[in-house]
Amino acid sequence: MNQLLKKISWMTLLIPVISVILGLLCGAIIMWATGYDPLLAYSSIVQSIFLQPYYAGETIRAMIPLVLSGLAVAFAFRTGLFNIGVEGQLMAGWFASVACAIGFDSLPKFILLPLSILAGAVAGGLWGLIPGFLKARFKVHEVISTIMMNYISLYTTSYLIKTFLFTQGERTPTIPPAASLASNFLANLTQGSRLHWGFIVAILAVIAMWFILWRTTMGFELRSVGFSQDASQYAGMNVSRNIILSMTISGIFAGLAGAMEGLGTYQYMMINATFTGIGFNGIAVALLGLNTPIGVVLSGALFAGLQTGGLTMQSVAGVPIELIQIIIALIIFFVGSGYVVQWAWGRFMGRRHKA
Amino acid sequence: MPYAIEMRHIRKEFPGIVANDDITLQVEEGEIHALFGENGAGKSTLMNILFGLYQPDQGEIYVHGKKAEIHNPNDANQLGIGMVHQHFMLVENFTVAENIVLGKEPKRFGRLDMKEAVRIVRELSERYGLKVDPLKKVEDITVGMQQRVEILKTLYRGSDILILDEPTAVLTPLEIQELIEIMKKLVQEGKSIILITHKLKEIFESCSSCTVIRRGKMIDRVKIDETSPEELANMMVGRKVNTQINNAPYEPKEAVLEIKDLVVQDARKVHTVNGLNLTVHGGEILGIAGVDGNGQQELVQAIAGLAKVTQGSIALDGKDITNRHTRKIIEAGLGYIPEDRQKHGLVMNFTVGENTVLQTYYQRPFSNLGVLNHSVISKKAKQLIQEFDVRTPSEKVLARSLSGGNQQKVIVAREVDRSPKLLIAAQPTRGLDIGAIEFIHGKLIEEKKKGRAVLLVSFELDEILHLSDRIAVIYEGKIIDIVNPKETDERELGLLMAGRKKGAEQA
Ligand SMILES: Nc1ncnc2c1ncn2[C@@H]1O[C@H](COP(=O)(O)OP(=O)(O)OP(=O)(O)O)[C@@H](O)[C@H]1O
Ligand SMILES: [Mg+2]
Repeated sequence: MNQLLKKISWMTLLIPVISVILGLLCGAIIMWATGYDPLLAYSSIVQSIFLQPYYAGETIRAMIPLVLSGLAVAFAFRTGLFNIGVEGQLMAGWFASVACAIGFDSLPKFILLPLSILAGAVAGGLWGLIPGFLKARFKVHEVISTIMMNYISLYTTSYLIKTFLFTQGERTPTIPPAASLASNFLANLTQGSRLHWGFIVAILAVIAMWFILWRTTMGFELRSVGFSQDASQYAGMNVSRNIILSMTISGIFAGLAGAMEGLGTYQYMMINATFTGIGFNGIAVALLGLNTPIGVVLSGALFAGLQTGGLTMQSVAGVPIELIQIIIALIIFFVGSGYVVQWAWGRFMGRRHKA
Repeated sequence: MPYAIEMRHIRKEFPGIVANDDITLQVEEGEIHALFGENGAGKSTLMNILFGLYQPDQGEIYVHGKKAEIHNPNDANQLGIGMVHQHFMLVENFTVAENIVLGKEPKRFGRLDMKEAVRIVRELSERYGLKVDPLKKVEDITVGMQQRVEILKTLYRGSDILILDEPTAVLTPLEIQELIEIMKKLVQEGKSIILITHKLKEIFESCSSCTVIRRGKMIDRVKIDETSPEELANMMVGRKVNTQINNAPYEPKEAVLEIKDLVVQDARKVHTVNGLNLTVHGGEILGIAGVDGNGQQELVQAIAGLAKVTQGSIALDGKDITNRHTRKIIEAGLGYIPEDRQKHGLVMNFTVGENTVLQTYYQRPFSNLGVLNHSVISKKAKQLIQEFDVRTPSEKVLARSLSGGNQQKVIVAREVDRSPKLLIAAQPTRGLDIGAIEFIHGKLIEEKKKGRAVLLVSFELDEILHLSDRIAVIYEGKIIDIVNPKETDERELGLLMAGRKKGAEQA
C-alpha cells in the first residue's frame, strides 16, 4: 500500500535529478563535439568548489541571492501566483538598502545594518505589493504587471543613482563599514573570497518560508487561497487581502536578495544597463527545487556551483564560460518537460504491468 | 451471446486502501445495468479502470467477448466505450457544438467545419431526444443540459457502451425523468449503459440488472425483477436500513434568521431574489422547495455574505448581518453546506485534516498566536472521520482522493460539528448512499432538537417533505407560500412551485 505513495513522491523527486543528469550529459556532448574534454571540465569544477576554499566561498556567496530569489518565486507559487517580478523587487531592495546605508552613515552598526537590511526588505515588499494590489483590485494578471514592474525598477534605480548617489565608475559610493555584511574573518577563511554574513539571512529566510507556509494560520490562508479562491471565500477568508499579502512577502524575499548584494557582495550599487539576471535565475531555482525550501537550497547550490566552477573550467579546460549558461538552460528545459518524462514513465510502467 | 462488457476479478489498490478487490462485472448487450454500492465502495474506480484512466493491479476486461487492453481513454473510445464523469469535464466558454466535436473535429479543406459540426450535433440530439442547442455556450446552460452535452460527446465518438457515473445526483426531479427516457431510447438503439446511482427508485425504473459492491468487494449480481428495493439496500449496507425517518416533534423557539424585503441582483442586474421575507426559528427545520433557478442559490449566498444585498435586511440571532463579511457571519453563528462540494465546500488539494478546520483554523485550540497546532487539528479530523464514517485511509490524504460521497461527508461533518445557530444545508445528501443519508438526516434532526435553526434547500421533495417542519415555496425570487408538510403532498407542492397559489387560478 505504501508502495504507490512512494512511487509518486519518488517520481516527483526523480524529475529534477534526471534533468540535472541529462543537462550535464548534454553539456558534455556539446563540449566533446566542439573539441573540449568534458571529463577535465567537470572534474575541474568539482575540484575547485570542493577543494579550493576560495571557490567554495564564492559558491556560497553566489548562493545567497539565488536562494533568496528562489524562495521569493517558490513562495508566490505555493500560493497560486507567478512572480516574474523578482528581478525588479531585487533591484528595488538593493537600491533601498544601499541608499539607507549611505544616508544614515552616522548610525552605529547594530542599528544601521539591520535598518539597511530592513530597507531592502521593505522596498522589495512594496515592489511586490503593487502587482498584488493590481491583481486583487483590478484583476490585472500578475505575470504582466510584474514584468512591467521589472522595467520600472531597472530605470528608476538607474535614475535615482544618477541623480542622487552618483560617483565615479557609474555607481553609488561604497557603503559605510557600519552597514556592511562583509567579513574579514570569512574572507580569510576562504582565501579572500567575497563570502559575507548574508548566508545567515538566507538560512533564516529558508526557515521562515517553511514556517510561514506550513506552520502559521497566515500560511494556511495563503495556501488555501492559492488552491481555491472560491472555497476560501466560502470559508470566510479575504481573498484579495491574501493575494496582496502573498506578493508582498514574496517581494520581501526578493528585496532581501538585493540587500545581500548591496551590503554584502558589492558594497555599492552600479547603474544597471540590463537586468542582473539573479531574479530570473530564481525562477529556475524554484522550478528545479520543486518550490520547496530545501529544494531551493539544493538547486541554488547547484547553480551557484556551476557558475563559480565555470571560471576554473574556463581556465583549466579552456571551455568558454557561456557553456555553463547552456547547461543551466538545458536543465531547466528538462525540468520543464518533466511532465512528458513522467507521462512516458507511466506508460512504460503500465505496459510492463500487463506483460 | 457474449457480454457487452465483462470485467473479471479486478483489483486496484490506492495508498492505504483496496478500492477494488476481486470485482467481476457483467453487462449484457442492450441493457441498462446498475452499479450500486456505498460511498467509497469503489464504483468510480472500477469505471475509471474500464475507461482506461486507471490501470488495474489484477484482472481482465472483455469487450463484446474479446479480451481488451485499455491503457487510456483513447483505447476506450476506440472500443466504443464512453464515460460521463461524476464531475463534468467541459470547456466552459466553448459552445455546445465545439465541446462535442473537440478532439475529433469535422474538417473541410483542413479547417474546422463549424457548420458541419452544428449539423451533426443537431442530428444526434434529435435522434435521441436530447434537445440541446448546439450554438449556446456551455457556461450559459443548466447542469442538466451540460450533462446531455457530455452524453452527446460520447455518442459523437461512436460509443455503444456508455458509463454514467452518478448522472442524477446533480439533476432536478424533472430532469431525472427526462434522462431516464433518454437512456431507454439509447438502449432501444442498441447501446448498453452502466448506470451508477444511489437512488433505488431510478434503478427500478430503468435498469434490468444490478451489481452490488461493498467496501471494494462484489456482493452479488441480481435481476431487477427478481429483487426488491429493501433487499438491494440491505445488500449494499450489509445490515437492515431504516429509510423511514423518525422526526422529532416540532417545538419552535425564538427567531434565529429574519429576512425582510430582501433583494439580490445577479451580474446582469436581474433581481434573482425579489422582495423576499422569511423567518426561521430555533428548533425547526425549514425546507425551501422550488424549481431550480428561482432564487434559492442567491438567497443562500446573500445570507452567507457571498452575494451583495441591494435592498432589505438579514438578521442572524438578532444581529444585523446584511452585507457583512463572510467570516463575521460565520462567527455570528452560520454553518453552510454548499451545493457544489468540489468548488465551494472543499479545498481539493488540502488534506482532509486541513479541510476540517477550514473556517476555524485561526481559533483556539487549532492555533495559538497565529501558529497552527497540527496535532490538535489531526485529532479533530480523526474524531470527525470516525463519527461521520468518512471512508479514508487517514486524515493526511488529500480531499481530492476521496470518493464523491465521502467528500460530502467531510463537509457535513465540519459544519454540523460546529453546531452553528443557523445551519444552511443546500442539497446536503447529494451523492450520498442510503445509509449516509439516513445518518445525515439524523444529524440535522439532532441539531433541531438542540434548538438550532436549520434551513434546508433541496430538490428532493421526499427529503423536504420528510424533514421539514414548515415548507417555504420559492418562486421567482419570492416566498409565495408556507405550507405544513403534514397537510400537503408532492402534487400540491409541484403546483405551488410552478407559481400557482392555493385557491387562486394563477399567481
Ligand atoms: N486517486 C485516488 N487516490 C487515492 N485514493 C483513491 C483515489 N481514487 C479513489 N480512492 C479511494 O478509493 C476508494 C473508492 O473510491 P471510489 O471513488 O471508487 O468510490 P465510489 O464507490 O465511487 O464512491 P461515491 O459513491 O462516494 O462516489 C475510496 O476510499 C477513495 O478514497
Ligand atoms: Mg464515485
